[in-house]
Amino acid sequence: MVRELATERIAPRAAAIDSAAEFPWDLKELLAKQDLLGTCFEERHGGTALDGVGQAIVVEELARADATTSLIVIVQKLGALPILIAGNPEQQDRYFPRLASGEWLIAFGLTEAGAGSDVAAIRMRATRDGDDYLLSGSKRFITHGSVAKLVTVFALTDPAAGGRKGMSAFIVETDTPGFSAPRLEHKLGIRGSPTAELVFDEVRVPAANRLGEEGGGFPIAMATLDRSRLSIAAQAVGIAQGALDAALAYAAERRQFGERIADFQGIQFMLADMASQTEAARQLTYAAAAAVDAGASDLAYWTSSAKLIAGDTAMRVTTDAVQVLGGYGYVSEYPVERMMRDAKITQLYEGTQQIQRLIIARQLLRRAGVGR
Amino acid sequence: MRIVVCVKQVPATTADKRYRPDLRLDRAAAEAVINPLDEYAIEQALRLQEAGTVEMVTYLSMGPPEAAESLRRALAMGGDDAVLVSDPALGGADEWVTARVLAAALDRLAPEVSLMGMASDDARGSLVPGAVAAIRGVPYLSYGSELTLAGDQARVRRLSPSGFDIVAAPLPVVASVTDQVGEPRYASLRGIMAAKRKPMETWALADLSLSAADLRGGALTTVIEVRPPEAKPPTERIADVGPDEAAVRIADWLAARKLI
Repeated sequence: MVRELATERIAPRAAAIDSAAEFPWDLKELLAKQDLLGTCFEERHGGTALDGVGQAIVVEELARADATTSLIVIVQKLGALPILIAGNPEQQDRYFPRLASGEWLIAFGLTEAGAGSDVAAIRMRATRDGDDYLLSGSKRFITHGSVAKLVTVFALTDPAAGGRKGMSAFIVETDTPGFSAPRLEHKLGIRGSPTAELVFDEVRVPAANRLGEEGGGFPIAMATLDRSRLSIAAQAVGIAQGALDAALAYAAERRQFGERIADFQGIQFMLADMASQTEAARQLTYAAAAAVDAGASDLAYWTSSAKLIAGDTAMRVTTDAVQVLGGYGYVSEYPVERMMRDAKITQLYEGTQQIQRLIIARQLLRRAGVGR
Repeated sequence: MRIVVCVKQVPATTADKRYRPDLRLDRAAAEAVINPLDEYAIEQALRLQEAGTVEMVTYLSMGPPEAAESLRRALAMGGDDAVLVSDPALGGADEWVTARVLAAALDRLAPEVSLMGMASDDARGSLVPGAVAAIRGVPYLSYGSELTLAGDQARVRRLSPSGFDIVAAPLPVVASVTDQVGEPRYASLRGIMAAKRKPMETWALADLSLSAADLRGGALTTVIEVRPPEAKPPTERIADVGPDEAAVRIADWLAARKLI
């Protein structure tokens, strides 16, 4: 079903979404109608509770047609993960049904201008005021920040304790006075996905919307990212597969020197590398999904490895796809240049490839009993 | 009120088709889908169910055991249950045998409306709906752009050269609908999961009190030859000439075919 939908309804829209750089509300509605925004929620909340591999396949098939559209599914889970991990039943019952149905979108507000890889360096403040908190500060590079009804936001409740001990997580409704999304980024890829700067000017949030204990935000953020980067691995696999499909179709048709270029060994070697690398990334992603489902203590090792390999694979495969198409690959008449631009983000967001290596190495050292 | 939608599993149009030595399609070798024209019948039935006109939608298919997959796909779009008529004696069945078997199954299910697509994408005989109606002795409302039900009457709106014909008949009826009924829905994820739990029965010929002898060996017709479409003649290209010369050559080409 997802492949049919992606091929018939999403792929034909991808070029226009990219060139207009506009959020595809029509496709968001379509995903909602097909229950694809509720894959990570329990059935009692209106979700479909797919397992990790199932969720990865959904993202992969969407990304194969259009990375921007796949991001709608990815971020719905990313924003909800803090509530899935640390939300109390009352919070889950209140928000999940409208997220699972797709009526509301949710964003994840962690990154700030001065706090990217160094998550603990955030400066946004949450000051207790009676039964509420007042949130002040700004967030940057927040996917869907301007279109979401909810944002899970991380802010310092105890600045003296620093980010690791003094950070708390909150569910913020974006129609609360003082919240604004004044600016969108102009991006290289995933251009239909609005990446917003969020400004909080004494935004009043009830204490009932705090996730977990005060000061418990940092582990929630880390646990979220350890799981959510699996979606990015799946997205990267999908982008790579889409580029491989396009390159294969082109090579089978394009004739030079009187032959199909697919019959040239130089092209065949490229296609073979693209296919086997994509398959390797896919299988590692599925293995990581299984590790997360099993609640493995080293799940971060798996999800970071999958994201590292899949992101690099997507970049390499899309670059090679442009090469196979030659001049045609470099122009927007064919989809591969868009896929190449879209692929780059998978090496950057939800932890750069360098951060993934740090996580993998830390896990390795821990396994060997020599960790710090 | 109950509608039974007849669904045929066919090889995908794009599938690479191969024939067995007995000139029957090697169905195992080709990707199978719900006959795309049957999807409109499914859509029509589900719309009537959503509108509250119809309580129950049942799918009926005759085919090999693998056709159960297409019935599951139909159930994922909506509807309540399904019946597959499958029997080794039905291999190679032609339109007459198919109609005979479906009519027997429909007699047993006894719905108010038996709904079908206007043709199948593989054989395109378009004979089965009419034959089923004739065998069962009920009215046939053919080629509907829309099916409506009111009281004890079924109506179709049928596109005609001068506009629309409205054709009505008392229930029960057999009806067929065209691609004018509206785009078939995609199965939703919840629909796919729910379909796994919906009841599906498999009936053999004996369950319909039919025997292979009743079906005269499974077909009245014989396939004597199968061949791929003839290749089109190569495209003629007019290149590397000036526009005046090109125009004359195009005019000559059209004139030679009496097109101008």
